[in-house]
Amino acid sequence: MSNKVVQAMYIDDDILMDAVKEVRAAKYHIEEVYTPFPVHGLDKAMGLPCTRIAITAFMYGCVGLVFSVWMMNYMMIEDWPQDIGGKPSFTFIQNMPAFVPIMFEMTVFFAAHLMVITFYMRSRLWPFKEAENPDPRTTDDMFVMEVVVDGNEAELIAFLEKTGTVEIKVTEKH
Amino acid sequence: MSSHYEAPIRRPLIVGDKSYHDISVDVAAPVEGKANKLWWIAFSIALLAFLWGIGSIVYTIGTGIGVWGLNKTVGWAWDITNFVWWVGIGHAGTLISAVLLLFRQKWRMGINRSAEAMTIFSVIQAGLFPVIHMGRVWNAHFVLPLPNQFGTLWTNFNSPLLWDVFAISTYLSVSLVFWWTGLLPDFAMLRDRAIRPFQKKIYGLLSFGWTGRAKDWQRFEEVSLVLAGLATPLVLSVHTIVSFDFATSVIPGWHTTIFPPYFVAGAVFSGFAMVNTLLIIMRKVSNLEAYITKQHIELMNIVIMITGSIVGCAYITELFIAWYSGVEYEQYAFLNRATGPYWWAYLLMMSCNVFSPQFMWFKRLRTSITFSFIISIVVNIGMWFERFVIIVTSLHRDYLPSSWTMFSPTFVDIGIFIGTIGFFFVLFLLYARTFPVIAQAEVKSILKASGEKYKKLRDGNHE
Repeated sequence: MSNKVVQAMYIDDDILMDAVKEVRAAKYHIEEVYTPFPVHGLDKAMGLPCTRIAITAFMYGCVGLVFSVWMMNYMMIEDWPQDIGGKPSFTFIQNMPAFVPIMFEMTVFFAAHLMVITFYMRSRLWPFKEAENPDPRTTDDMFVMEVVVDGNEAELIAFLEKTGTVEIKVTEKH
Repeated sequence: MSSHYEAPIRRPLIVGDKSYHDISVDVAAPVEGKANKLWWIAFSIALLAFLWGIGSIVYTIGTGIGVWGLNKTVGWAWDITNFVWWVGIGHAGTLISAVLLLFRQKWRMGINRSAEAMTIFSVIQAGLFPVIHMGRVWNAHFVLPLPNQFGTLWTNFNSPLLWDVFAISTYLSVSLVFWWTGLLPDFAMLRDRAIRPFQKKIYGLLSFGWTGRAKDWQRFEEVSLVLAGLATPLVLSVHTIVSFDFATSVIPGWHTTIFPPYFVAGAVFSGFAMVNTLLIIMRKVSNLEAYITKQHIELMNIVIMITGSIVGCAYITELFIAWYSGVEYEQYAFLNRATGPYWWAYLLMMSCNVFSPQFMWFKRLRTSITFSFIISIVVNIGMWFERFVIIVTSLHRDYLPSSWTMFSPTFVDIGIFIGTIGFFFVLFLLYARTFPVIAQAEVKSILKASGEKYKKLRDGNHE
């Protein structure tokens, strides 16, 4: 199977949205869409599943909470209990109110950082990563839709030309 | 066009006849252009102040904190005043980017980038003070729960000072990733526009290879929303915990339950004032008046007015509660604040923080750029004095009258404070010339809803 794709360029987000809907209705497969800013409703129009990254954040937050409880219980109660200012630290439950601020901070710390790291990993973003957008204008004002060619190049191009595109390119995708 | 509907009553957030490409050009212009003479003058002054600060810090560390004006009664003074002042300023950025995102306030998009930059730079200044105050800075890692040569002598998790370490480091690091994640598409825009190979390489590195795929945008928006949800309680917790440094002590004037909300309101108040100070200059110098409009400044002035009034209520509540409590020590602490030897600092605090924001009730004044700028400076002077009054007046009259004393700063105290202001402006001025100072991707996403041209088109049609 060839990796040939047709790249149709648009200069307006509304035209792009209509084009995406038309292409999907005509049963062509949209490989990717590159936009310079978040176009609301585009993921739904393309049929992308919802992202589960918020769920991971919740789980990371739970890990942070459990970790902070474990850490403070170990350090303050088990390993070296002390009597600080007449407030002895001999049981976790009695000391717990003083631990609440750090329990909260650690929850946020874990949830935020691990979620962002997950996002960077899943979306393949890190320093020295080469950008893969098909055209430098896609970060400025150009919207690009990539449609997979399945032995129907001429027909596909003819179809895309009617969707308000300003430029069409056929390339081999590696 | 109907999907971009916005009520006609809302004023445009992007003025003029802008297209998507114009936004890129306008945001990239300060980065691609050359610095003018004014920038170099400002930068040189800031750098000099910064160097003076470094000198003062080196002198402090080399000799000991005895070179400060502290004495055995007043053990906390300018250092902690400056710390709380800078942390407070650092609250507006996250408030603008997180709280206003949750409330779906589109006007945050013109200002959030610079406000967050300001947050990060000012929290860096804040963090310096507790570290220098330790005296032996080379032992600064003792605040972290690390295994050490004493076997397992851990940090004291019951102490609000340790809560502060966790709160501020969480706040700084989370603000930083929040900021950076938002920067990726904008760095990518600069990368793809760059002509010189060096610039292309640097912005390519900073943009982490951002390409703007639909799935990336979907995740980007979800991550922004969740980070906003996390950062909102975080930002409120940070100044709450800073206030715990005082509120959990047994010093009259500090030991009050009103401190957390009162400190948070004060932080937002001073933070918005600093945003106004910086952006009023930046919008002019970097030609960004189309994106940071008069309306933005007016809205920030309204926030300043409201939080200033909350702070005013807190001051009066404190006085009332001191009287109502029947505790002599508490009553004396407040009487001494208002009428004692530091009456002038109290008066300055009251007039700058409670009186001056009330001018913002007048539309004419809150839409005046010059007036907003003056008030923003006045507010920050007032907020510095608020912390000074809380800290020094509560300490200088000890339980033991034989220990009563006054505090006067030495040139080192002043040098370090001026130095942090210099450091802050060095960072901000560098930022203004190298970073996309407006979240251009987000601004583009509201162009059709809130841009002047599109609003006119739509409202004229009555579709």
